[in-house]
Amino acid sequence: MPAAETPRPPLLALRGIGKKFPGVTALAGVDFTVRAGEIHALLGENGAGKSTLIKVLTGVYAPDSGEVSLAGQMIRPASPRDAENLGISTVYQEVNLIPTLSVAENIGLGRQAGRFGFLNWSALRRHARAALARLEIDCDVDAELGTLPLAIQQMVAIARALDLQAKLLVLDEPTASLDEKEVAELFKVMRQLRSAGLGIVFVTHFLDQVYAVSDRLTVLRNGELVGEFRTTELSRLQLVSKMLGREVVDEDGRIKNSSVNPPPASQSPFLEASQLGRRGAVHPLDLTLHRGEVTGLAGLLGSGRTETARLLFGIDQADTGEIKVRGKSVKINSPRAAVGQGMAFCSEDRKVEGILPNLSVRENIIFALQAKRGAWRKVSRAEQEKICSHYIQALRIKTSSPETPIKNLSGGNQQKVLLARWLATQPELIILDEPTRGIDIGAKAEIEQLIAKLRTDGLAVLFISSEIEEVVRNSTRIVVLRERRKVAELTGTDIDLHQLLHEMAGVAKTP
Amino acid sequence: MSGAQKSFWKKSPAVWPLAGLGLLAVVNLIFSKNFFAISKLDGHYFGPIIDVFKEGSICMVLALGMTLVIATGGIDLSVGSVMAIVGAVAATMLQNGHPLPVVLAASLGVGFFCGLVNGLLVCWARIQPIVATLVLMVAGRGIAQVISNGQQVQIFNKDFIFLGNGFLGGLPFSPILVSILYLLVWLGLRRSAVGLFIEATGDNETASRFAGLATSRVRCLAYIVSGLCAAVAGLLAASFISDADPLTAGQNLELDAIFAVVIGGTALSGGRFILLGSFLGAILLQTLTITMNFVGVSSAVAPVPKAVLIIVVCLLQSETTRRWLGGLWKKGASA
Repeated sequence: MPAAETPRPPLLALRGIGKKFPGVTALAGVDFTVRAGEIHALLGENGAGKSTLIKVLTGVYAPDSGEVSLAGQMIRPASPRDAENLGISTVYQEVNLIPTLSVAENIGLGRQAGRFGFLNWSALRRHARAALARLEIDCDVDAELGTLPLAIQQMVAIARALDLQAKLLVLDEPTASLDEKEVAELFKVMRQLRSAGLGIVFVTHFLDQVYAVSDRLTVLRNGELVGEFRTTELSRLQLVSKMLGREVVDEDGRIKNSSVNPPPASQSPFLEASQLGRRGAVHPLDLTLHRGEVTGLAGLLGSGRTETARLLFGIDQADTGEIKVRGKSVKINSPRAAVGQGMAFCSEDRKVEGILPNLSVRENIIFALQAKRGAWRKVSRAEQEKICSHYIQALRIKTSSPETPIKNLSGGNQQKVLLARWLATQPELIILDEPTRGIDIGAKAEIEQLIAKLRTDGLAVLFISSEIEEVVRNSTRIVVLRERRKVAELTGTDIDLHQLLHEMAGVAKTP
Repeated sequence: MSGAQKSFWKKSPAVWPLAGLGLLAVVNLIFSKNFFAISKLDGHYFGPIIDVFKEGSICMVLALGMTLVIATGGIDLSVGSVMAIVGAVAATMLQNGHPLPVVLAASLGVGFFCGLVNGLLVCWARIQPIVATLVLMVAGRGIAQVISNGQQVQIFNKDFIFLGNGFLGGLPFSPILVSILYLLVWLGLRRSAVGLFIEATGDNETASRFAGLATSRVRCLAYIVSGLCAAVAGLLAASFISDADPLTAGQNLELDAIFAVVIGGTALSGGRFILLGSFLGAILLQTLTITMNFVGVSSAVAPVPKAVLIIVVCLLQSETTRRWLGGLWKKGASA
């Protein structure tokens, strides 16, 4: 149900919004318009500027430039509370209500009707019931919020948000933790609110949901506006290309992958996962990783790439399926067990899951090897220094000395130290999750060369990247994930950008 | 000042407890000449400085275990109560005529067990360290009273009394024992990879776990070492006064131990630890206590100068303050 054809003044108009943080331009002159009575999807990959835009809109950040108008009036929300009072309400991905309070208290929290500091309980309940009735939700307002299903909690959050004189509702990834049925419930409520004349901003990673519920969509990329489109007028493939910044070109424009010979089929795989899955993370999938092969894991943000890697490495526990390493069934229930099997995992979150910030480059490099050997078989100082100087040279790590704390190194060099940490354990399988994120172009090229070298050295490599060209260039096999399911596996000559985009978008390739 | 010296002064956080000690020495030189007097009686040395080491040995040994716990990013509030339990166990067993080696082994066993309980609460039950060890801090005194039937238990065993009051080569035995413990722990941590594992766990536990380290075991080990150190402290404390008092033994000493560690340059946020710093920190606290006795500050007022000293040392350690002071110095020099 698209918005009416007659031009109406937009409900919300952002014009030329700019926002800079030290070192990065998060938003560069972005326009964003939402009409009354429409569901407007806001889309983009990591670093596109979605969350910054939402934060400007809801008063968390003040924009450096540009202006915001709501229902024709210029506004400048100074805080989330201010934005709420102006009529912009937000529901975040994580329900941020108080689980130990009742539904009624959660809805009325901080806005209770009362006198002299005493609450008017009956008014509070009446109020909550009315708010829920508006969404056609039937639930006991005295129930403790934490005991209710997540979907209902989400609805309560929406009810609370709409409690004020809301004109615009912002839903920031509201479906991330809901199952299909719960999503359908949420969509019903969204459609209802749309007919009531609200403008809804819907942030999601799931393309199916975009097409199911939105009237219009805006795509951002690298802090810039790519464009605003009617959902019905943009194909999935076009949408994905716009999000990734890769125009779909004809066959001539394809990027060929550089690796030549596919591995001999006779060789037994290093790792076989069958029906490996975890509720809420990835649907059961099969995955086979061979030595001497780079398996690319491709998919849009939220498609389950990192989740798959975490299952393989024992960080999260799979609740279905089994893993075989070298043909033997093994139980991998911790990173330690995975390392013991000859696996290594470079996390995408270098700061939180990778570096030991205050320890030296030397200690960071030998750490995984030492952990693998255990406390009592210490890597001698001479051996440590040999390993360090080897990797500092081989990976061209720029550090003033091996004793420098790793936090003083640049992002690219920290990444190389982490690679060195894992290579020192002489793994047979290395999982690289976004190894080139946030590092400069020169270092990226070096890491790509290194991946090729690891392959020729006979390692199995699982390569995850949101830069689709990188995946195509470096992989000998590509597993495509979409909405937490494995949807395709491309090998050999099937690997090209065009094909991959089709699979990621979930549309059959037109002949 | 040569380059190497300069970098030592800049880098080693052990400098600040040393500076504090220097300051106290100056105060004592001015106000109480007797402080540095050492006399010899029956081949044993006596004097305020000897007392610092002897009486400071309890805080020193507590600070040893506390350093490791703090380095993993935790804290152990139970050490004072563990001292009381161990004292009660040792005194009761001696009263019942058990031989000394059995008593010592049982005491260390109790310390080990208490540390293990703390470790399991923190690592497996995932309770905040401050809460997990608070449980034993509160319950420990009750347990000690149950063991000793709610009474003080006097100790008559000569060999046991030697622990806290004996002399070796003219010097008191307890600081010698504690120094040896420091040396052994230091060697154990640095010759093996345990020291690195502790620092890595405190620096970034998630990253350490993702690199294949069993961080729970490392943290558990730190609490066990702290329990053992508390057991040694409990034995020394009972030996000093030939008596085990379940109510007052080790009271508030957990706080002194934490102060000693922090003054010694190990950050409460975990990561790098400096055993020597904690050793010096404990000496500094004890020197301060004895100095105040000498200068004649009443014991009721004594905590105030102690707090002032602690805050001064902590401020000196902070990067921000030092930069500010450096700025002032430059300003003064240019004017």
